[in-house]
Amino acid sequence: MTGATMTQQQKQWPLYEVFIRARSGLEHKHVGSIHAADERMAIEHARDVYTRRQEGVSIWVVRSADIVASDPADADALFEPAKDKVYRHPTFYEIPDEVKNL
Amino acid sequence: MYTQGLDSLGADCLHTSASERAALEQRFQSKVDAEERIEPKDWMPDAYRQTLIRQISQHAHSEIVGMLPEGNWITRAPSLRRKAVLMAKVQDEGGHGMYLYSAAETLGISRDELLEQLLTGAAKYSSIFNYPTPTWADVGAIGWLVDGAAIMNQIPICKCSYGPYARAMVRICKEESFHQRQGFEIMMTLSRGTPEQRRMAQEALDRWWWPSLMMFGPNDATSKHTAQSMRWKIKRFTNDELRQKFVDITVPQAEFLGLRVPDPDLQWDEASQHYRFGTIDWSEFQQILQGNGPCNRERVEARQRAHEGGRWVREAAMAYAEKRRQRETQAA
Repeated sequence: MTGATMTQQQKQWPLYEVFIRARSGLEHKHVGSIHAADERMAIEHARDVYTRRQEGVSIWVVRSADIVASDPADADALFEPAKDKVYRHPTFYEIPDEVKNL
Repeated sequence: MYTQGLDSLGADCLHTSASERAALEQRFQSKVDAEERIEPKDWMPDAYRQTLIRQISQHAHSEIVGMLPEGNWITRAPSLRRKAVLMAKVQDEGGHGMYLYSAAETLGISRDELLEQLLTGAAKYSSIFNYPTPTWADVGAIGWLVDGAAIMNQIPICKCSYGPYARAMVRICKEESFHQRQGFEIMMTLSRGTPEQRRMAQEALDRWWWPSLMMFGPNDATSKHTAQSMRWKIKRFTNDELRQKFVDITVPQAEFLGLRVPDPDLQWDEASQHYRFGTIDWSEFQQILQGNGPCNRERVEARQRAHEGGRWVREAAMAYAEKRRQRETQAA
């Protein structure tokens, strides 16, 4: 990286991913992303952009650069182990109709 | 998720042969045909990526520039209620711009590049925001007609093949309905008011009717991008189909207001169950796209001023964040 692009990068506010809990009892859900100079500003910007109509009771922000993600190109291999294990589903087992509550 | 492996973006194009590429393209198209969504890190043809960057960023810029004509009236809104509503609406436009910029960024372009394209005039935004808002009635007409046309355009995009764009559009459409209703309410109040207020409402409709019809873009016969965008399911209806729908639902609303649509050729066609309307003056549209509309220069200058004026704030916030980080490292 050259000196010039380095300075440019440092001037740019980093990107944060935003997760919102709509109400207690529900999990935080990814809603989008936001730029901010630091974590506190990221929370405030996330509030202004993603909760103008009381869409949340709690906000998580995380630096986008810190997220580790699986590669969709490897999805077949990655999820292959679960493919041949239909016996993990209740419908795999045939139970006579007269048996109740099972 | 929105985060992106920028480093991996070009790799596919560099290392794949023509036959591998054709296979990738075919798999991509069959996913699209099966109504599956494309997500940021999935393989996509470069032209699809570029088309989306262009469309989403133009859309984002339109939201941001769209804050200006109405922002013009915040200090002069006729009541505290109207003022609070208008501020909420303009804040929404800003929020919509942010959702859309963040969706565009998932395609591998940075926020700074996007802003630079707007500020240098390299990027386009909706032609409609280059018209002035001389009276309060224009605020009503914008909400009713411009936001109405925008909703008509945007609802099908909620089902766009590109996930982040579709999700941003779902949020936007939910919020947009309030914009249109508050605009219609302003028009209703004026059209039931004094003769002078009625005249204001009529003149605003006269100013905004044709520009609103132009918002749907060129006629299908001359639209460059329609066929490809429909194949990619970025677009679901043609420009003319959406324009016709807009006319069909809006004319009865104008009648309810007791206002006259400024089109001598407008008439109900019983056979097709549609309104027939006059020919659009496309030379006006072209003039505006080329930068010669009534407010083109003013709009871009206002954005440039805001960007320059805010520079010290952005830099100070970064410097402060950096100083705090260093202090924490020293303390630890």
